[in-house]
Amino acid sequence: MPLLVEKRQLVTPGDLIAEGEYRAGENTYERDGKIYASKIGAFDSRDNTVYVIALKGFYIPETDDLVIGKVIDISLSGWIVDINAPYNAMLFVSEVFERSFNPRKDELSEVFDIGGMLLAKVAAFDRTRDPVLTLRGPGLGKITHGRIVEMTPTKIPRLIGKKGSMIDLVKKGTGCQIVVGKNGLVLIRGKKPEDEASAIKIIRIIEEEAHTSGLTNRIGELIKKLKNEVGISVQDKGKTDQ
Amino acid sequence: MSKTKEKLINKKGLRVDGRKPEELRPIKFEIGLLDKANGSVYMEQGNNKILTAIYGPRELHPRHLALQDRALLRCRYHMAPFSVEERKSPAPSRRKIELSKVIREALEPAVFTELYPRTSIDVFIEVLQSDGGSRCAGMTAASLALADAGIPLRDLVVACAAGKVDGQVVLDLNDAEDKLGEADMPLALFPQSDSVMLLQMDGTLSQEEFEKAFNLAIEGCKRIYGMQKEALKAKYSVKKEDLEDLEGGKEG
Repeated sequence: MPLLVEKRQLVTPGDLIAEGEYRAGENTYERDGKIYASKIGAFDSRDNTVYVIALKGFYIPETDDLVIGKVIDISLSGWIVDINAPYNAMLFVSEVFERSFNPRKDELSEVFDIGGMLLAKVAAFDRTRDPVLTLRGPGLGKITHGRIVEMTPTKIPRLIGKKGSMIDLVKKGTGCQIVVGKNGLVLIRGKKPEDEASAIKIIRIIEEEAHTSGLTNRIGELIKKLKNEVGISVQDKGKTDQ
Repeated sequence: MSKTKEKLINKKGLRVDGRKPEELRPIKFEIGLLDKANGSVYMEQGNNKILTAIYGPRELHPRHLALQDRALLRCRYHMAPFSVEERKSPAPSRRKIELSKVIREALEPAVFTELYPRTSIDVFIEVLQSDGGSRCAGMTAASLALADAGIPLRDLVVACAAGKVDGQVVLDLNDAEDKLGEADMPLALFPQSDSVMLLQMDGTLSQEEFEKAFNLAIEGCKRIYGMQKEALKAKYSVKKEDLEDLEGGKEG
């Protein structure tokens, strides 16, 4: 039974990609024994599964995803957090207070106020209920300093690169700590504002040129050039968290 | 049976804008020109100039409208006050509400709304300059914008009108032909299964004329469908080797 398009070929919604004994994977669907693409992207297959690597999309929460969110409201039992997804997330007070919580005494806005940024993990999400966040984990909690940039969630894998090659390059090159949220928000913390500015500049270029060839090499060159221009402090020792 | 003396098809068999009876107006798509919207398309079809924007899936307000099993698709078709010679009132009119409804109903079966329950997907179609057939162009542009927004679709929806002018069946009527001609029949097509998503008609056609116009409109839709796909592919053209990197990051 044939595959009807080549591997890595660009497909658009409604394109017929396979017939017969294949399984419809990510961004595809099956109808009358035929498999069609449902998003714009690149076709690929593994074993018997055919799928499409989407080139444009939005963030849908998944359990254990590291996300960066903004507190947008406070309810009786916790905080409502915007995580750049179609659904607002909930952070319950029990995640924060180790002891029992007394709504009369404890003022939630003193812990996280509206507008505050959080680094959190998705504890549970199943589409019938809004996602629930947790702060239990190393490095999670309130974001007190640093800069946050937004990028298309589908391009996040490109920013990370093969086994983290791209993000390591940027971290080492700029001496900044960089935390990549799966939801398309990236937190950058540097020693100097200039370091942060160069990291942002590089990330913007990665986003814009995400689909051009030899990007990792070109970003390497760019970092060298920036170092000469503004003199970013080289910090190979500076361990970064991810 | 034309009420006016004005000829809409000349002796050479050409129409008021110099087209042949079965010819489409020139079509142009520009994808992703609005930064804030999740997806956007600017489309020109002859003198029609239409801007569409997609927001969503996003949290739905007011909340009580939320559907527990699927996303709510909302659609707003609107003509700018300056889109026609005589000022068009920007207030919602019977026509705008009707067109919003039929466009929504034509687009909805193409969208996998069941994947995003309790959210809304908002479609905005703004006609900046109108020259007949703007509902069809609006639908064509909106389905392309949905794809640009990264919303999963079964297929693109495409629409085109056919009608009767000076006793002859023609494709893709412009404003003059729509107003002075005998019939105008917009049709929206779901190309993958050849299903008709919308079929309306003003004026009168005989049974044979109807069949001819129907087939001509489907033929026109298929031609526009090809252009839609080309426009999308041109926007997202990617070199193959880069995708390996893109995928490699998934493990990271």
